[in-house]
Amino acid sequence: MSELDQLYREVILDHYKNPRGHGALEPHHAHAEGQNPLCGDEVSIFVRFAEDGETIDEIGFEGRGCAISQAATSMLTEMVKGRKAADVAALPKDELLEEIGIPLTPIRLKCAILGLGVLKVALHRAKGTPLPEEWQGLADELQIDDED
Amino acid sequence: MAVTPAAKLDAQKLRADFPIFEQTFHGRPLAFLDSAASSQKPRQVLDAMTHFYETSYANVHRGVYELAERATEGLEHARERCRAFVNAPAAHEIIFVRNATEAINLVAYAWGLANLGPGDVVLVTELEHHANFVPWQYIAGKTGAEFRMLPVEPDGTLHLEQLDELAGDCNVKVVATGYVSNVLGGANDVPRIAAWAHERGAIHVCDAAQAAPHKRVDVQALGSDFVAVSGHKMLGPSGIGFLWGRSEILRAMDPFMTGGHMIRRVRENESTWGELPHKFEAGTAPMAEAVGLGAAIDYLEAVGLEAIEQYEHELVAYALDRLAEIPGVTTWGPPPERRAGIVSFDVEGVHPHDVAQILDLDAVAIRAGHHCCQPLMHRLGVAATNRASFYLYTVPEEIDRLAAGLWRVKETFGV
Repeated sequence: MSELDQLYREVILDHYKNPRGHGALEPHHAHAEGQNPLCGDEVSIFVRFAEDGETIDEIGFEGRGCAISQAATSMLTEMVKGRKAADVAALPKDELLEEIGIPLTPIRLKCAILGLGVLKVALHRAKGTPLPEEWQGLADELQIDDED
Repeated sequence: MAVTPAAKLDAQKLRADFPIFEQTFHGRPLAFLDSAASSQKPRQVLDAMTHFYETSYANVHRGVYELAERATEGLEHARERCRAFVNAPAAHEIIFVRNATEAINLVAYAWGLANLGPGDVVLVTELEHHANFVPWQYIAGKTGAEFRMLPVEPDGTLHLEQLDELAGDCNVKVVATGYVSNVLGGANDVPRIAAWAHERGAIHVCDAAQAAPHKRVDVQALGSDFVAVSGHKMLGPSGIGFLWGRSEILRAMDPFMTGGHMIRRVRENESTWGELPHKFEAGTAPMAEAVGLGAAIDYLEAVGLEAIEQYEHELVAYALDRLAEIPGVTTWGPPPERRAGIVSFDVEGVHPHDVAQILDLDAVAIRAGHHCCQPLMHRLGVAATNRASFYLYTVPEEIDRLAAGLWRVKETFGV
């Protein structure tokens, strides 16, 4: 496989062009937005919980940016639907990166995990789930908007 | 200096002076189209620095031994080269700094903090690099001065006729504008802006970081009060640039940074400052870097600034033609005969990061992002652009590879 095909796998381009879970959710129980100042990627995530107040029933996102950031967020919405907030708060980024499955340079890594960071901040704010140190630093770096 | 002066620039020949081009990336020779961010370095510059370290290195201005004198000579010779390069009246008006950003911060802090206050206006343009925008915004905020922006057209034209209206009856104290835009490549009418500033009793600060590599910068012809230049964009090493300022203003200013070397006398209760340029050069100078910058100036002068400017016009014209062949590609900026070797463009439906990434797989290096010009991006209505930029070592074949890469981008994304 050529380097080009490895990086822009069919599945990445598919998620980019036909994002899953696209659109704002109104009303919602959790929300956060963030941007990657380096390239201007923007992601805004909305979550609705099931009746137990813990399980992610619906998740939607809006955003603009490079294919990696938008496709990764689209994949993320598929990954976390039906999972508990606490599980997602503890979700290691490698699980998402494995799903994305492309070689990423440090700069593109930030694009790929933007959506995950925004989601963790949204859950942290709505549910008080822990936001591990690793993500707090990232939250600052990605300028994740902590105001609602 | 083994550069033969030539009326017409021979980029293919000059490339041989740049060791960076001897390697490959992704199995291909490097098409480096990001010189506006930072230029590559010719062997002559690297050799001059190595030679300085091997034969002349000691701390300058203090030692009484011969080696220290040699080092001082190296530094001061470089200062003289910088003076001549920008046609400054005196060498002591050349202040070595790390880069143009530091040069502008020097003026913003040392002049701005002492001279700005509530009721004053600091005027910049929407075209500015953050280096000539943020320091003024920051110092205006600190001093209570008002910060205003002159609007720009998407092709880079500044509305100079709006200057009077923008200033109104207010007390304009600083007008800070760039010479050549690092996004659009066009040159501004600095003499006209500087003259307007002086009519209003303001100082004019010119960011010439993107002009000095590409065209003659003559501080006396520009009429500015301060001119900032970065070495690394004009074949020099990183970590060196200079500020030119008018003697009378520099003498009246407080220092920017204080410490060693910049003093006349230090007593328990107070210190006094040294003469120009030392007052503004606290601490050990970037000596080898200055020597490298001097060698870069020698190189540029041997090739000829006029020849470089003309060659870049040709490259831009060629690039615009090649990009115009590709549907969905939009370019911004003035016509080729009015711009330095910079082409900003958009590929419809593909984010610049993805464009740059796919081009990189063919070893074509371009920049994708806001280019430290977020106010201008806002005006263009985009978050980021692609930017290809050229220099004296760029050959048309590299622009062909850019165009071929853009076709591949479109094919990959199906746009």
